[in-house]
Amino acid sequence: MCATCGCSGGTILEHHEHDHVHHHGHGHDHGHRHGHPETRTVTLEQAVLARNDALAELNRTWLAERGILAVNLMSSPGAGKTTLLERTIRELGAEVRVSVVEGDQETVLDADRIRATGAPAVQINTGSGCHLDAQMLAGGLRTLDPPERSVVLIENVGNLVCPALFDLGEQARVVITSVTEGAEKPRKYPQMFRAADLVLLNKTDLLPYVDFDISAFLEGARRANPGVEVLQLSATTGDGVTGWYDWLRARLPRQ
Amino acid sequence: MHEMAITESVVQAICERMGDAPVRRVCLEIGTLSGVVADSVRFCFDLVSEGTTLEGASLEIVQPMGKARCRDCGAEFALDDLLELCPCGSANRELLAGEELRIREVEVMA
Repeated sequence: MCATCGCSGGTILEHHEHDHVHHHGHGHDHGHRHGHPETRTVTLEQAVLARNDALAELNRTWLAERGILAVNLMSSPGAGKTTLLERTIRELGAEVRVSVVEGDQETVLDADRIRATGAPAVQINTGSGCHLDAQMLAGGLRTLDPPERSVVLIENVGNLVCPALFDLGEQARVVITSVTEGAEKPRKYPQMFRAADLVLLNKTDLLPYVDFDISAFLEGARRANPGVEVLQLSATTGDGVTGWYDWLRARLPRQ
Repeated sequence: MHEMAITESVVQAICERMGDAPVRRVCLEIGTLSGVVADSVRFCFDLVSEGTTLEGASLEIVQPMGKARCRDCGAEFALDDLLELCPCGSANRELLAGEELRIREVEVMA
């Protein structure tokens, strides 16, 4: 079978609407330039995600004009994103105003948890969608209407694959993973780790109870994203969270 | 499964660019390191293109292989996955190819 279009080599093909059939005898490794008189080939050379990328640029400009720092938090489900957000809002909220965009397939549970801390939150339900995109964030930002010189933390849909591909217009991407998920996550999901500006290794309070090889984890992260900063913390106990706050502080808009 | 969203982006972009012209063939470039599964895009394409000017079009997918240049020793080498190191042992490499996600060309009724 032809590896490019799946057609069967040497057999009769009916790719196109013709009143005849033609025998390809596929000895080539592809191209299919038939030069049909009734068709013309148009070169597009266009990025598939061009529309999303353009919307992401608009978000970036919108945020920059208001001096808002937007951080995209990505992880698998259950890595502790919401718990980390709750603590961050409680402990950093006196310094800077924080609001949250929550992405989940269903429910408003996470937005309710965030609102309980006193921070404004908007929930985006993606339905069958597995990631937030730039258009969804644009809608979320308009609803949230965050104040100038504040921080917007975007909790992406729990998923270590899809969100990596979609630029939202954020200034930084943070990947959160937890010791209970196993040390091989960077090797299994290199695309996600490659997209990260910062990696947070969460639930370090559970290290005595799980078999987690930190050096193997760090080596995987280094291979996927040489030089990426990795911070170890526990959102539950608060151990190590000051490193995360310092990272955020270094990026805060000047008051 | 982001391939459905990716395929929707492809169909939407082509419809915007080509207007009402019926499309007979679409050629995409999906690099082997792009994070997008070409077979899944093939699976989604017929579903997504139904009822559009792309309905019934054939889909060609070209898959450029990964290639990188080492920032430490300068060597260029093939990259089968994003974890592969330079033969010199360095992880500090710049990707030259393999991440493509592009609509290369379309064939439309004249």
